[in-house]
This record gives sequence, structure tokens and C-alpha cells, in this order.
Amino acid sequence: MAYDKFNILNSTAVPLPIENVDTDQIIPARFLKATERKGFGDNLFRDWRFYNDNQPKKDFVLNNKNFEGKILVAGKNFGSGSSREHAAWAIYDYGFRAVVSSFFADIFRNNCLNIGVLPVQISNDFLKEIFRTIEKNPKAKFKIDLPNQQIVNILNNTNEKFNISLYKKENLLNGYDDIDFLTNIKNDITTFAKKLPL
Amino acid sequence: MNKTLFDKVWDSHVVKSIKDGPDVLFIDRHMVHEVTSPVAFLGLKKRKINVLFPERTFATADHNTPTINQHLPVSDPLSAKQLKALEINAKENGISYWGLGHKKNGIVHVIGPEYGITQPGATIVCGDSHTSTHGAFGAIAFGIGTSEVEMVLATQCIIQPKPKKMRIIINGNLNNGVTPKDVALFIISKLTTSGATGYFVEYSGKVFESLSMEGRMTVCNLSIEMGARGGMIAPDKKTFEYIKNREFTPKELEFDKAMKYWKTLKTDEKAKFDKEYIFQGNEIEPMITFGTNPGMGLPISKSIPKASSIIGDPTTYKKSLDYMGYNEGEKMIGKKIDFVFLGSCTNGRIEDFRAFTNIVKGRKKANNVTAWLVPGSHKVLESIKNEGLLNILNESGFKLREPGCSACLAMNDDKIPPGKYAVSTSNRNFEGRQGPGARTLLASPIVAAAAAITGEVTDPRNFI
Repeated sequence: MAYDKFNILNSTAVPLPIENVDTDQIIPARFLKATERKGFGDNLFRDWRFYNDNQPKKDFVLNNKNFEGKILVAGKNFGSGSSREHAAWAIYDYGFRAVVSSFFADIFRNNCLNIGVLPVQISNDFLKEIFRTIEKNPKAKFKIDLPNQQIVNILNNTNEKFNISLYKKENLLNGYDDIDFLTNIKNDITTFAKKLPL
Repeated sequence: MNKTLFDKVWDSHVVKSIKDGPDVLFIDRHMVHEVTSPVAFLGLKKRKINVLFPERTFATADHNTPTINQHLPVSDPLSAKQLKALEINAKENGISYWGLGHKKNGIVHVIGPEYGITQPGATIVCGDSHTSTHGAFGAIAFGIGTSEVEMVLATQCIIQPKPKKMRIIINGNLNNGVTPKDVALFIISKLTTSGATGYFVEYSGKVFESLSMEGRMTVCNLSIEMGARGGMIAPDKKTFEYIKNREFTPKELEFDKAMKYWKTLKTDEKAKFDKEYIFQGNEIEPMITFGTNPGMGLPISKSIPKASSIIGDPTTYKKSLDYMGYNEGEKMIGKKIDFVFLGSCTNGRIEDFRAFTNIVKGRKKANNVTAWLVPGSHKVLESIKNEGLLNILNESGFKLREPGCSACLAMNDDKIPPGKYAVSTSNRNFEGRQGPGARTLLASPIVAAAAAITGEVTDPRNFI
């Protein structure tokens, strides 16, 4: 599925200073029954966001009008657990284009990169600084600059570099995906399949 | 060149390395289930691409399937639609499909090994994080997202950065009452849920060598719970004995040829790992979890740690204990429970049912406990009946359900009610994992059995 290209993102951010946020929290299993990619944003963080009777939980950050933006900032080890890409879809469909954390789970990171959400892994100290900045000033803006692989805390005028493979960077900058790449080397693949060890 | 087991299998499947980027990895076997595949099949349709190697793809229904009255139509319309979608997609693409009602149906990670789809040295993926299970056979097996499912259907390849390598060695012997599940929960409690992120793990040492194939599957299954993409164990005599004569295992001359290759699948003596941990088997006790991630486990006789003594964020820790309704410093033994769940791709195999039955034999289920015993597959169900376990279970007040993922992730009707406590042999104790508001204590089948008899958290060694 095509996604919007990612270049430079200037936005306020939504803070979620909790560690080990697993994909069951991002999207509970009972919302995985769709046969199309539709409506997942409505159920992002469903059980943290809503009571059983669908009333919003006022103390959850997505229900707090002070915080909004295209960047989600979360505690260490974000996206652990299930491989459900629905978690990344929910984040994208809700309107986030980047998730910032000091550590990401592997499968979740891959899923994000495959659908156009940029996982920005930064140091623990810089993450803490961002949380402090948002706490003091919920309207503080951050710049995520993919070409320069840099995140800037504009208010504090501080920044940090982040890593991404050149291949994935090109994909995100241009809106390419892996299947485009793979279908172009199909002949190599079928030849390779003939000389496998077994 | 000194290579690890992981290197040998990975390197032999690299079609191409992308400069400054990931590898293009060829996938031998692709397991598909109903939840993470429909959008992938839809993507193929939109792109007008066919499945490149349908014979390398195997579909089953497990996550959504009901575990009672499987002969009746599925009552939840969304589940029914998703199951139907898989059936149609499999048919349209010429993929073998063992759906609901099929005699080979079961949890994807239980049936793969049962029918010999899982083999040493193979690369195996599935849109499910517990695909790591298949690493027990010396395969590289890992969970993938739906975009990747689409990739593999379209090209039988996946684009992945090669993970770093970790070895976890456990020497010595296990104490009485300590099971493979305890070994895994012990490791995760030491490494945390992110301790192996970025790594592929090889388990070695006497403890793993002495485990049965099913025990090894339980350990490898839980690799993902410490963040590892997968875990593997070098194939040995036990592996070869297990896979011989299964439906998809090579036969006769082909088998001999395969054996020659499989025997080379071990880490060279001088091969290097990026990280290594060494433990002793006798350090491990029966384990149980008290929090909301699988790293929050402790020996069953111990008390819940104080927030001040843990590594990690104290706010997250307290939120977790609040959810569980527990306090710092409390003992786990004696905690009241409401449900027991025996099953899942972690502990839904015949040895798990044997172990559970051994404990409950001649005893009675506690009145306050609802027990859901869910075989991992029809083959497991059949063995439970054939071995006479079912009679023993019935006499003790237990009933069996039909195969499926069941309460492990509560996508079907098997949901633990809000606020209730379940001792579960599954793999995740995340908030709401077993149903909104449900509280999960992860443990081995014999800890689950002991709790089922007494109605509270109990040391299983009291019954051995």
C-alpha cells in the first residue's frame, strides 16, 4: 500500500512516557479482524483511551487537547510483542508520521519502515529532554529531518542524529517499497531457488 | 571461516546483499494464518502479482477459531469473514489450506513441526511473532509483518538486516519440577523483554541438549519475549528422530542426502558471538510472572520486588502492579486465582498435557477455578484421547476444548473476564492480552495444574 513520502517533518509531539509499550496496547487483538486496512486509527491505544462503554478516559494523553501533532514520543522499548503490522497501521492512520523513543522492538521497527512511519531512535538523555520540553510547553515543535538524519528540539535548539539504513532512507524519501525492489530481481530469485542446499 | 549455526543458515539463503543496507533473504517455508494475511493477499491482487511459490506456502486457521462446537458455523461475523477470506485466498493461489474442521488443523507453530514442514537449516517465516518456535530444529524462523507477508507471497524473499548473534549457554542439570517454560521465563527475567532485541539467539549447553524437541520448541517460542527475532538450537539425534517419516520430511535417498547437510549445521568451535550469557541449570526454580510483561517473572517462592530494586522506570513498574492488583513485597504463593489456561503455541503440545495430567491425576479441580484446556492441534487432541489422558482429566473435573489459539490472545470467545486472574501457559501477560482487564500469570503446565487443584498460586513441587 502506498504511503506519503517522508522528508522533513515539523510538528508538535504527543508524549507517552511509559516503557515497554507492547503492540497489544497499541491495538488490542480483538480489533485485528478486518480483511482490509481500514479504521485502525480509531482503535489506537483502545483500552488506554476508552472505557468499556467507549467513553474516553480523560487522563490518557490522546484525549488531552493540549497535546497533538504528527510525532509520538514514547518510553524505552516501544512496540514489543506481537508482529501485528496493524499496530503500525493504527499509528499511521491516526495521523502520526514518526515515533521517537530510546529503543524499538525489531518487528515493529520494520513494520513502521515498510508503511511510512519513521522510527527515530535517540539517546535516553535526549528522550528525557524532549519529555521535559513537552511537559513545560505542549506546543513545542520538533523537526525530524530525514535527509540529514537529525531530530531537532527547536525550542531548546538542541539536536541529535539518528540511524537508518541508506536503503530504507531512500525508500521513505521516495515512497518506494520492498516489493518494487524484489519484483525487479525476480529472475535472480528463481535462479537462486534452484541452487539451494536442499 | 568460522561460522555460527545462524551464519550458516542465513548466509546460504542470501540472494543478494544491498549495499549499505539489508540482505535479500530467500524463504524456504511460509506459514500463513487468517489474521495477518488478508491485507497481504489484497495487496497482491492490486499489484496483479501471483504467489511465486505456492508449494512453499502453508495456510491454516487458528487465531480466530472457536474452541467449542467447531462443527457449527462461526458465530462472530467478523471472524467468519476473516476465516472465509483465508480459504478463498488459499484456493485462488493454489496454497495448501488446513482450515477449521480439517483433520490437520491446529496452531500454526504446532502443526508445522508435526507434519515435518519445519526442518533443520530452513528459513521459515509467518506473520506471527512466535514463529521463533521452529528454531528448535535448527531453522532460522521469525515473525514478520503483513507487508512482509505480501513480499514473501510475491517473491519468496524478504528484505532484512542481518541480526547480531547471541549465545545463551545453560550448563548442568535442571532441578526437579523445573520445566522448559521455567528455563525460558528465567532467561527473560534476567535479560528483560528488550535484552535480546537486535539479536538472533543460539541456545546451547547441556540443559538444552537434554530437553525433548517439544521442550526446545517452548524455549525457542519464547525468544521473542526477550526481544530476540528468533532463537535456535543445533539439530542433533533427537531432532533427526523427531522429523523422520513425517509427511513433509524428505524420504529415503533424499532423507540421507538431507541428513548429510543437516549434520553440518552447528556452530564452529572458534565462531564468535556478539554477546554471550552463561547460566547454571540448578539456578532455576519453577517460575511465575507477577506483572504485565514476560520479563516480570520470579521464582514461585519469592516475593514481588520493590520498585526501588528494579532496573527500568518505576512509574511503568507501579502502573503494571496497579493493573495486576498487587503490591510490592507480596508473596506470590497463595495468591487467589480464577482461571487456568493450558494451551497455546508455547505449551499446547502433548508433553504439556501429559505433565498437567500427571499433577491433577487422582485430585480434583478447585471449585473456584474455571479451567480451559486447549490442545494445540487435532493431532495433540487425538493423542490426549489415545493415551487415556482425557479420562484422567475428566475424572479430576477437567474438560477439553477444541484446538486453536484460544485465550492466549482472546480473539475468539475465550476471554478472561475483567479483573480476573488466570494462570496461563501461554506467552504474554500484557494488559488485556487475554481479554480486556484480564490479569495473567504466566507459568509452566505443572504450575498451572497445581493452581487448578488448589485455586491459588502453589508450588508444583508439593505434588511431585
